[in-house]
Amino acid sequence: MNQFEKLTIKSTIQHLKCKDFSCKELTEYFIKKISDNRKLNCFITETPDHALEMALNSDKKIDNNEIRAMEGIPIAMKDLFCTKNVKTTAASKILENFIPFYESTVSKKLWDSGSVMLGKSNLDEFAMGSANTTSFFGNVINPIKGKNNSDLVPGGSSGGSAAAVAAGLCLGATGSDTGGSIRQPASFCGIVGMKPTYGRCSRFGMVAFASSLDQAGTLTKNVDDSAIMLQTICGYDEKDSTSSKMDVPKFSEYEKLSLKGKKIGIPKEYLVDGLNSEIKKSWENFSEEFKKIGVEIIDISLPHTKYSLPTYYIIAPAEASANLARYDGVRYGYRHQNVDNLDDLYEISRSKGFGDEVKRRIMIGTYVLSAGYYDAYYIKALKVRRLILDDFIKAFKKCDLILTPTTPNVSFLIGEKQDDPLEMYLNDVLTVPASLAGLPAISVPAGKNKDGLPFGLQIISSHFNEALVFKAAKFIEDTNK
Amino acid sequence: MKNLIKGKSNLWEVVLGLEVHAQISSKSKLFSSASTEYGSEPNSQVTLVDAGMPGALPVINEYCIRQAVITGLGLNAKINKKSVFDRKNYFYPDLPQGYQISQFQHPIVGEGFLTIKTEEGEKKIGITRLHLEQDAGKSIHDQDFENTFIDLNRSGCALMEIVSEPDMRSGLEAAEYLKKLRTILQYVGSCDGNMEKGNLRADVNVSVRIPGEKLGTRCEIKNVNSIKFIQQAITFEAERQIKLLESGEQIVQETRLFDPNKLETRTMRNKEESHDYRYFPDPDLPPLILEDSLIDDLKKNLPELPDKKKERFINLYKLKEYDAEVLVSEKDVSIFFEELVKGREPKLVVSWLTGELFAFLNKKNVSLAESKVTVKKIADLIDLISDGTLSNRQAKEVFEVYLEGSKTAKELISEKGMAQISDEKELSNLIVSVLDENEDMVKDYKSGKDRLFGFFVGQVMKLSRGKANPQMVNKILIEKLKR
Repeated sequence: MNQFEKLTIKSTIQHLKCKDFSCKELTEYFIKKISDNRKLNCFITETPDHALEMALNSDKKIDNNEIRAMEGIPIAMKDLFCTKNVKTTAASKILENFIPFYESTVSKKLWDSGSVMLGKSNLDEFAMGSANTTSFFGNVINPIKGKNNSDLVPGGSSGGSAAAVAAGLCLGATGSDTGGSIRQPASFCGIVGMKPTYGRCSRFGMVAFASSLDQAGTLTKNVDDSAIMLQTICGYDEKDSTSSKMDVPKFSEYEKLSLKGKKIGIPKEYLVDGLNSEIKKSWENFSEEFKKIGVEIIDISLPHTKYSLPTYYIIAPAEASANLARYDGVRYGYRHQNVDNLDDLYEISRSKGFGDEVKRRIMIGTYVLSAGYYDAYYIKALKVRRLILDDFIKAFKKCDLILTPTTPNVSFLIGEKQDDPLEMYLNDVLTVPASLAGLPAISVPAGKNKDGLPFGLQIISSHFNEALVFKAAKFIEDTNK
Repeated sequence: MKNLIKGKSNLWEVVLGLEVHAQISSKSKLFSSASTEYGSEPNSQVTLVDAGMPGALPVINEYCIRQAVITGLGLNAKINKKSVFDRKNYFYPDLPQGYQISQFQHPIVGEGFLTIKTEEGEKKIGITRLHLEQDAGKSIHDQDFENTFIDLNRSGCALMEIVSEPDMRSGLEAAEYLKKLRTILQYVGSCDGNMEKGNLRADVNVSVRIPGEKLGTRCEIKNVNSIKFIQQAITFEAERQIKLLESGEQIVQETRLFDPNKLETRTMRNKEESHDYRYFPDPDLPPLILEDSLIDDLKKNLPELPDKKKERFINLYKLKEYDAEVLVSEKDVSIFFEELVKGREPKLVVSWLTGELFAFLNKKNVSLAESKVTVKKIADLIDLISDGTLSNRQAKEVFEVYLEGSKTAKELISEKGMAQISDEKELSNLIVSVLDENEDMVKDYKSGKDRLFGFFVGQVMKLSRGKANPQMVNKILIEKLKR
C-alpha cells in the first residue's frame, strides 16, 4: 500500500512539517491517482500545473518555516467556486468555457492558507440535484460499489467532491450546501460533510443557486480534518452582505468541550416513511451510546418538518429563477449563433445552455413568483420557513444538539429515480430543515448496511455552535470504528 | 375652476402624477465601488456586480442611503427605519443581472409633500414614496449596422425614484412640481438635477375626467426629458384622451412614449404586454435598518430649504417675493447672491444678478457654475457703480467683455478711458464752457424755458464723451444757472 493512502489533513500537516515527504511528491501522487480514476468522473477540470506550482511554493514555505494552516494540502475545489484564470463551469453548458478573472473568497482563503488545488470537482448543474446526474459533464460514479459491482450515485450536488475524497483522490474538498448538497453525498460516500451556519462563509464568488440557503462547507475523511478545513474558510467578508460578523472560534479546540450533561434531542418527525431500517437502527444505537457517556437523550418535536420539502422547493427555485437570469448569452457564457432577434438569442441560448433539471427549477421559480401566485406560494413558503426556524429555536431551549439520520436511505443505482423528480427530491427530506433554518449540520459516517453501503447520521446545533457539532460527530466517529 | 380643458361636449380636468428618477450624486454606484463619472470610456467603470458576473454580490453604498434619507427629509417625508431591497425581474441586454435591485413594498422613504406656486396661490403636492434602485446600462444602436453595443458604465448607478400623488391639474403645475423637486434635490445635495445628462428623468401619468367624477384610466408617458417636453406631452396626451372619450371610446391603460420632434405620444406597450416583474426580496441583501442616530444627525444638519430661504431673503434683504423666488430656485444662485449682497445694496445686487448676469448666462447657454463667474468679479463692478466711478450704462456696455476677460474692472475701465468724471472742478470747467458757448439759451432758460435744462446736461455729456457723472452735472448745473 502506498504511504500516502491513509493520510488525513491533520497527519499530512505533521508529516510535511517533519519533512517525511515533500508537497511536490504528495501532489504528484494525487495527480497520478486522479488521472488513474477518470472513470469516476470526479473532476470537470484537472489543474496539475497549478497544483505543482502551488506545491513547490508550499515546499518553500515549509523550508522557511512559514507554515500556514493548510500548507501543502491537496484539495478539490467544487466547480461552483470561481477560481481566477481557471475554468469555472457550475457543471453547465452555459458556462462551459467561462474563465473567471476573480477568485471566490472561500477559494482565496484556502490558497492563502497553503492549500493546493488539484482541480475543479464535478457537481450537479448549478448545484441542482441529489445524485450528481444533472452535470453537463456527465455523472459522477461513487467509488463504493453496489451489488454485483454496480455503479452507484455519489449523491449530490457536491458529488464530485465527495467521491474524490472517498476515493482518496484528494485530502479534502469544498462543497456547497443549499438543501443537503454536502451532507447527503457525504452520507452516500462514507465521509464527513460539514455545512456551517448560514453566514459563516462568504458567498462571494460562489455561483449562486439559492442565495438565502447557499452555504459553503467541507468534505473530508474525518471530523478533525473537517474542523481544520472549515476554520480556513469561515469569517466575515465585507463583499458578502449576508456574511456574519460573529467571531469564529478555533474549531479544533472542540475536543476541550464535554458532552457530559448535554442534551441531545431526537425529533420524532424525522422518523419518516420509508426510512431504511438499518439506518433507523443505527440512529437508535447511537442514542444509546450517547447515553453511556452521560448525555441526556430527549424526545423533541419539530412539528413543521413535514412542510420543509415543499417550502424548500418553492423558495430555492424562486431565488434560482432570478439568480440564473444573468446567463443570457449577452456578455459571457454560451450564446447561440445566427439568431434573428433578441428574444431568440435569449430563448435559444438558455434552452440549449441549461439542462432539464435547471430549466424545471427556473420554471417552478418563475411560476411561484408570478402575479396571482406569489402570495399563495412564495409568501406562504416564507411564513412556513419562519415556523420551521421557530421549531428549532424552541427545540434548542430544551436540548443542545439534535441527532437525526442524514438521508432516508443509502446510495442508489445511477439512473434510478431519474424519471421522478419528486422521488429524487425526497433524498433531501432530512437535510432541508436545517438549511431553511440556517443551522450548522454535519453528516458523519455511522455505519454500513448489509451490502456494505455507508450511511451517515446528522448532528444539528443552534446557530454558530459548530464546535459542539464537531464534538458529538467525533464521538460517533470514534464509536463507529 | 381653472385649468379645465374644453372638449367638444364637456369641460375636462386633467389629472397628473409624476414618477421622477433622480441619479444620486455619489462617487460610486449603489451596490459597487465603480465610479459614476459621466462621459468616460464605455465599460470603463464596471465591477463584477455591474456586469452581472457569476458569484458577484451587491454591497450597499451607505452614502447613497444618507442621500435618500436627506432627500426624504427635504420632502417633509416619513423616513422608514426598515426598508427592503427587492429584485425586479426582466430581461434586457443592458440589465446584466436579469433583474434590477429596487425597493417595492418597503421603500426607504414614505409619504411627504412639497409646495408649488400656482396662479391660485400655494399648493401642496403629495409625495407617495421615494425608493432606491439601480440604473440600467445603455444600449447603443447607432454605432454599427448589425450589432447593438452595451455600455455598462451607468449600470448600477444609484437612482431615487420619487413618486408623486396625482395632485397636479395642469402641465404648468407639473412643470412647477418638477422645478421645485429639482431645487430641493439641489439644496440637499442628493442630485444635481441635470436633465440633459439624464440625471433627472420624469415619467408622467396622465388621465382626464369630468370634474367631480372618479379618476379616469391613466397612461404613463415615458421619455420626457425636459420641463418643456413635459408640458408639451401633457397637452398632447390630455387632448388625445379627451377626443377618444368624447367619441365614445375607452382609454386603454398603457405606456406611451413622447416624441419631441412630432410633439406626440405613441404606444410603447399596452397592459397585456406589460411585464410581470415578479418582485421578491433580494436574498443577497438583508433588510436595511436605519439607526435613529443617523436620522437625527441628518435632520440636525439638513441644509436650509428653498421655502425657508425665500422667506429669509424677503425679511432680511427686503426683496420682492418674485425676486426672492427667482434667487432661491437655483441653489448656486442663492449662495452667489448671499455672498454678493454682503455690504452692498440688495436692490442693486438683485437687479444686476437677475438682469445682466442672467441675460449673459442665457446668451451663453451655461449655468452659473459652468460660467465660472466669481462673486468677486461681479462685486468689483457693482462697487464701482456704487461709488460713482462708473455709470450703470457704462457698466452694462462693458459687462460681457469684462466677464469673459481676465482684466479687473478698474483695468478695463482705465483702458477704455471710461472712468466717470466726478471731480467737481473738472465738471465745473466743462459746464462753464458749455454755458459760455450757449449764451442765448442761458438767457432763454433764465426767462423761464425750464425744458432747456436737459439740453445743457446733454451738451455737458457730449463734451465729456459720456464720462461726466450725471448726478453731479445736475447738481452743479443747477447752481450755475441760478446765478
